[in-house]
Amino acid sequence: MAKKRDYSLVGESTRRAIETGLASAEWYHTEVPRKTMKELMQRSDGPAIRDTIIWIVAILGSAAGIVWFWGMWWVVPFLFVYGVLYGSSSDSRWHECGHGTAFRTRWMNDLVYQIASFMLMRNPVQWRWSHARHHTDTIIVGRDAEIAVMRPPDLLKAALAFTGILDFRYSLPTLVRQAFGTLSDDEKSYIPEMEQHKAVVAARWHMAVYVATIAVAIALRSWIPLVLIGLPRLYGTWHMVLTGLLQHIGLADNVTDHRLNTRTVYMNPVSRFIYWNMNYHVEHHMFPMVPYHALPKLHELIKHDLPAANPSMWHAYREVWPVLLRQLKYEDYYLKRELPPTAKPYRGEFHDVDITVAAAE
Amino acid sequence: MAEWIEACAADDVDEEDVIRFDHGGRTFAIYRSPDDDFFATDGYCTHEKAHLADGLVMDDIIECPKHNGRFNYKTGEAKGAPVCVNLKTYPVKVEAGKVMIDIG
Repeated sequence: MAKKRDYSLVGESTRRAIETGLASAEWYHTEVPRKTMKELMQRSDGPAIRDTIIWIVAILGSAAGIVWFWGMWWVVPFLFVYGVLYGSSSDSRWHECGHGTAFRTRWMNDLVYQIASFMLMRNPVQWRWSHARHHTDTIIVGRDAEIAVMRPPDLLKAALAFTGILDFRYSLPTLVRQAFGTLSDDEKSYIPEMEQHKAVVAARWHMAVYVATIAVAIALRSWIPLVLIGLPRLYGTWHMVLTGLLQHIGLADNVTDHRLNTRTVYMNPVSRFIYWNMNYHVEHHMFPMVPYHALPKLHELIKHDLPAANPSMWHAYREVWPVLLRQLKYEDYYLKRELPPTAKPYRGEFHDVDITVAAAE
Repeated sequence: MAEWIEACAADDVDEEDVIRFDHGGRTFAIYRSPDDDFFATDGYCTHEKAHLADGLVMDDIIECPKHNGRFNYKTGEAKGAPVCVNLKTYPVKVEAGKVMIDIG
């Protein structure tokens, strides 16, 4: 019988991942000529400046609507828009600017990264390092700090994630703890020692803004400051979860081929704007240097070597739901992505055994 | 002590680009700047084992293909997380169309 997965970053799975060579391994990449890849990697401020202006105008406009219509039913659509912009689209801005690919100009990436990190209640220092680890060891149990749905899946927890309650309950106390100077053992395992004090300072800045917001709310005897700062992390997070869960859920773990553990899903233009094209997620993981605006082109270039993209979010969730139900009983079971005949085959050394076991159950 | 070796032909490297050069079990990255000057550094990122030659050269910056860590390839300076350790640089000269680096 397979051993239970230990998702801590300093436990038995960690030791096994290092021993078996799964940690910091060489990953599969589709071959792309250097000249083409260089063109795809080119940075430009234009698309991100345009999108960021739209983003900021929409945030300020919907915030103004919330203030103007507060106490009336008309406030609801403004809350809906503001919540998604604040609580969901900030995730993709955090992500792209964290990679430094959104803008060509470094300070623009850094500025938007800091703002988006605050909106998400994410420590900008801690999460930069956790995301680096996520790219080194994508869905390697015991190594990846960003596995959203662990096995066996906790479906209630996954459902509650759409409300933001669980993340809020985790993120805010985490920031408070870090502001008091305490980093967990897991955090210490991926944040280098020389960077750890920066994580504490960042947490203190975030907490200072929240304390100031609460003070303003009390002084004004109004909920509005909290509805605009902090609480959107609850009521606006659903789109981030809707799109983000699909990145890896139900797929293989402990493999070194992003085609097996990551999913590309075609999405509508609004979701793609909110998500900044991260629906092309296999492409992003294979080539994190390619900016979000070039991912559709990269997708066209390498799709012959990738599993077929899910045609919609609805299709992807329908496909993965029975897999999650089966994982409740057999946590080794997973959805194997089929490759087209034009693709290079998967390397078998890390995952063929698991597939056989899962299929036999 | 200086040990000059031939790394490549100058024409092998495009302007504002980088190529990989392996020698004696070591790997190096050879850069050609937008000003048409040549530079050399260690070939692997100091953060994790990734070939910088697969990365992107922008002005005087090389960006690692794995985690987007950035270095100044002229000085080796690490420009911030996730790279914290500077990159080793090597003297370079171009003679008769050949790029020579001093690995001594």
